[in-house]
Amino acid sequence: MAEVAEQEEKVKVPKEPLFSKKNRKLITDPLTDNNPITIQVLGICSALAITAQLKASIVMAVSVLFVLGVGNVVISLMRNIIPSKIRIIVQLIVVASLVIIVDLVLKAFAYELSKELSVFIGLIITNCIIMGRFEAFALGNGPWKSFLDGIGNAAGYGLILVIVGFFRELLGSGTLLGIPVLGDPIEKTGLYAFGYENNGFMLLSPMALIVVGLIIWVQRSRNKALIED
Amino acid sequence: MWGKVAKDALLHGRIYIMEHVELFFKSIFIDNMVFATFLGMCSYLAVSKKVSTAIGLGAAVIFVLAVTVPMNWLLDQYVLREGALAWLGPEYASYDLSFLSFILFIATIATMVQLVEIVVEKFSPSLYNSLGIFLPLIAVNCAILGGSLFMQSRDIPSLGLAFNYGISSGIGWFLAILAIAAIREKIRYSSVPAPLRGLGITFILTGLMAIGFMSFGGMLTGGDDGAKEEPAKEQVEHLKQLDKNKKEKEVVEQKTALNQ
Repeated sequence: MAEVAEQEEKVKVPKEPLFSKKNRKLITDPLTDNNPITIQVLGICSALAITAQLKASIVMAVSVLFVLGVGNVVISLMRNIIPSKIRIIVQLIVVASLVIIVDLVLKAFAYELSKELSVFIGLIITNCIIMGRFEAFALGNGPWKSFLDGIGNAAGYGLILVIVGFFRELLGSGTLLGIPVLGDPIEKTGLYAFGYENNGFMLLSPMALIVVGLIIWVQRSRNKALIED
Repeated sequence: MWGKVAKDALLHGRIYIMEHVELFFKSIFIDNMVFATFLGMCSYLAVSKKVSTAIGLGAAVIFVLAVTVPMNWLLDQYVLREGALAWLGPEYASYDLSFLSFILFIATIATMVQLVEIVVEKFSPSLYNSLGIFLPLIAVNCAILGGSLFMQSRDIPSLGLAFNYGISSGIGWFLAILAIAAIREKIRYSSVPAPLRGLGITFILTGLMAIGFMSFGGMLTGGDDGAKEEPAKEQVEHLKQLDKNKKEKEVVEQKTALNQ
């Protein structure tokens, strides 16, 4: 996810400050100091439930990237014609339509994976990160800024998802994206030759919470300003 | 003959009740929304700083789940499923609108939440004052949509069971937020490492609680098969008798063992 942000930063247009310092900050901030998961506490549900495998985490991250990027632009374009009383329903309809697209695409091209993700694709609709960004940003800013904000936040979300998925799959089943990287546990090759065992506990759902807790610990000990009192 | 009918009715009643009891405990403890599927984590983490607010939100979640899950069950059964539109006429029997379920479910939830808010405000201002601020929050709580989506994917067979499922998963969520709020109130007095304070320790605590809740997993493993076999009454009596005999035997054996 970080690469996407970097690539977009490189394409600089000289006359119009499309990627002015302020706009760049929209993308980079959510990656670290304003991360949606570890700081804003948004979008936790899906982050925890589907991270037992790296592949599922990546698919989820990309889906959210799509939904949040496009959704933010749509809401931002409509921001002046949405009556504020029914804005939540309008927002939900926009997200739901986008999520249906994601769901149908996944069902068509990656059926196994969509079975594995089961209801959690549908739950992108109520992923608080999406409603949170609509409410906090897209309703008050132009389409381009909203797009950057959406991409940045989805990237920050995806970053945590990929980190959690990476450790859970590596330590839990000794594979990455389904490819064994630590050797064969049955033939006792690689690390397993030295008596290493997979920690099956990492695959259970409570470990996702604990891993995220540890990420928060690491992040806040590196940046003391984030510590709560 | 009437005796047999009564017997059948009793047996069915028993199975019916057992089905409900089973689903009830299963949704509260085994498939607990927070600890098993991580639904509604956002508000779980955000609103669990004080027990009193946690109770308010938990009650609102139970309430909304109990209303929306049966509503969405009806919607799923009579509009969305493949062949669900057959009641309109034979030419509609082949329609499959299930791809619309996300949008219709969330629309139902959002409108129901608004409706509930209006009704509660009109008829019970005191309840409105305690739940009021939480109701709009709830429209976007993943636990609510998750309840409906799980209801759909688990093929809950009847309206009564759907209602039961809504209420009991709401209770499960309520218990979880109540527990973590109480722990967070207490943990303020402990010396948690500074970077872990607040969010970090809450995550880890929830993880530990989830490990605890995993132990409920074995609670119903025997019950699942039992409900399907529909044990005849005579057999049950017979089994009871056997059990009794067995117990008596064991008691006798224990006594003899003690004597020796």
